[in-house]
Amino acid sequence: MTQELKAREKTPLGSEAERTKTGPVFVPAVDIYESEESMTLLADMPGVDKSDLSLDLKEDTLSIRGRVTRSNPEGRRSLYREYEEGDYFREFTLSEQIDQNKITATLKDGVLNLFLPKVEKAKPRRIEIKET
Amino acid sequence: MSLINWTPRQFVVRGPWRELDRLRSHVESVIDSLSEGYETIRRSGTGVYPLLNLSEDDDNLYLTAELPGISAADLEMSLHGDNLTLRGERRIPEADEKVNYHRREREAGYFRRIVSLPVKVDAENVRAEVKNGVLTVALPKAREVKPKQINIQTV
Repeated sequence: MTQELKAREKTPLGSEAERTKTGPVFVPAVDIYESEESMTLLADMPGVDKSDLSLDLKEDTLSIRGRVTRSNPEGRRSLYREYEEGDYFREFTLSEQIDQNKITATLKDGVLNLFLPKVEKAKPRRIEIKET
Repeated sequence: MSLINWTPRQFVVRGPWRELDRLRSHVESVIDSLSEGYETIRRSGTGVYPLLNLSEDDDNLYLTAELPGISAADLEMSLHGDNLTLRGERRIPEADEKVNYHRREREAGYFRRIVSLPVKVDAENVRAEVKNGVLTVALPKAREVKPKQINIQTV
């Protein structure tokens, strides 16, 4: 049975993150799951356009950043506000080695889908010891 | 003997909620004027999904909502007088049975919200679009509520 969605405010990012522009930054809600071959990350980032998304994988740290162009054209007066617009940022430490060349990312309806294939486990190498 | 004809002041209560709303918007305007220059968010949420922002210009009301993972096909909107209803469902496809979760923060479910618009709108010309998971509804104000310029002639 489906449940009714509850209104939740977005989680603001703590101060530890580097700020390159003013305005609020939120922590996107994510699902992360893992199979034997890959990891998949889904992140809710409404308002982020493909061109405003940046993904970065350095060693075992994956960071996701999405910039939101705030929609407040000149001459519009706010009457009622329940949510704030802002950028998204979140960082993860990956426990598995990821094959960087095979990462795929799609963004649809404000949801990022990041597919991270694992590196094939390096086979144990046998070291031959030669008699001299 | 008193010469002043005293009558107690009449309080016209048009419904307690409206009075409370009036009071709230007054308090908010005071807070706004004190915190000028700072972006403040009014935590006047109703607890109903989705959270909404409402703004206006001379011609339109604009309603926006963040609805990640919801496409136009999952949304249903209707207008009855000044009441706009927004219903829909957010579906999250089940991942393969073999996977294991590290995080599961996203929620699926249905929603149904009704909003009372502050002014009459022209129901025939409402435009709504969803882009990158953000719904924007532009509701043209009805003719009778739009500001009208009045020409003053010199005689």
